[in-house]
Amino acid sequence: MSVVLTRKVHFCASHRYHNPEFSDEENRRIFGKCNHPNGHGHNYLCEVSVIGDVDPATGMVIDLKKLSVLLDAVIMERYDHKNLNLDVPEFAKTIPTSENIAIDIWRHLEGRLEGCRLHRIRLYEDPTLFVEYLGE
Amino acid sequence: MIYFGRRVSFSMGHRLHNHALSDAENRAIYGKCNNPNGHGHQYTLEVLVAGEVDPKTGFSANLPLMDEILRREIVERFDHYDFNADFPEYAGVISSGENLARIFWDLIAPHLPLARLRVEETEKNAFEYFGENR
Repeated sequence: MSVVLTRKVHFCASHRYHNPEFSDEENRRIFGKCNHPNGHGHNYLCEVSVIGDVDPATGMVIDLKKLSVLLDAVIMERYDHKNLNLDVPEFAKTIPTSENIAIDIWRHLEGRLEGCRLHRIRLYEDPTLFVEYLGE
Repeated sequence: MIYFGRRVSFSMGHRLHNHALSDAENRAIYGKCNNPNGHGHQYTLEVLVAGEVDPKTGFSANLPLMDEILRREIVERFDHYDFNADFPEYAGVISSGENLARIFWDLIAPHLPLARLRVEETEKNAFEYFGENR
């Protein structure tokens, strides 16, 4: 029987929505205040859910310590207290919207979980706004 | 496919009562939620729409439209009103979280690519609805 296990990770990061293919005016019209030239920041909350069978020997879906170490490497070390546009190579040309951040987290976690698989990434930009990604 | 979610909050009074049942039966079934003069909650409504990420913008949803629909269809309609006393169109509807979830769905679904909806009556009670197709 499968069980879904969720771990939460908090990180703080700044970003700016800007597409160089658009004119400055188009960027302002499409992205509004999210296009302010010097960026802005959020306290993000990421809920990472994995799904798998409970190992009868341990009673666990995944070793939470191992999951925590992996999430530190994939999320905290890459994003926390960073400027996503300038400090994370994946967002040099991809706009760091919540959608694209969730997909980036998925791509970096997929295939790196022992004994279970990735089920869902829910990423909150603030308490009222979030995205969910369940893979393709 | 990606899901984009927004949470909005509003205050609304209600009373759980089925007119087809006796007062004693109503009290037995609904307990304090059957209080004759009603009571209220600070509801939170969580709405998820389904979409694909536009590579030009990184967006999957039209957030201004979503906010406008939620403001017009839900918050302005219900905030600081009593569901059972103020809405003749819902006369006789038992205002359980389950029924509210379906009512909110029907109000929002014509305007947005709705995938899922969650009504939080309190921090402890929540009701999720996926529409009739699931």
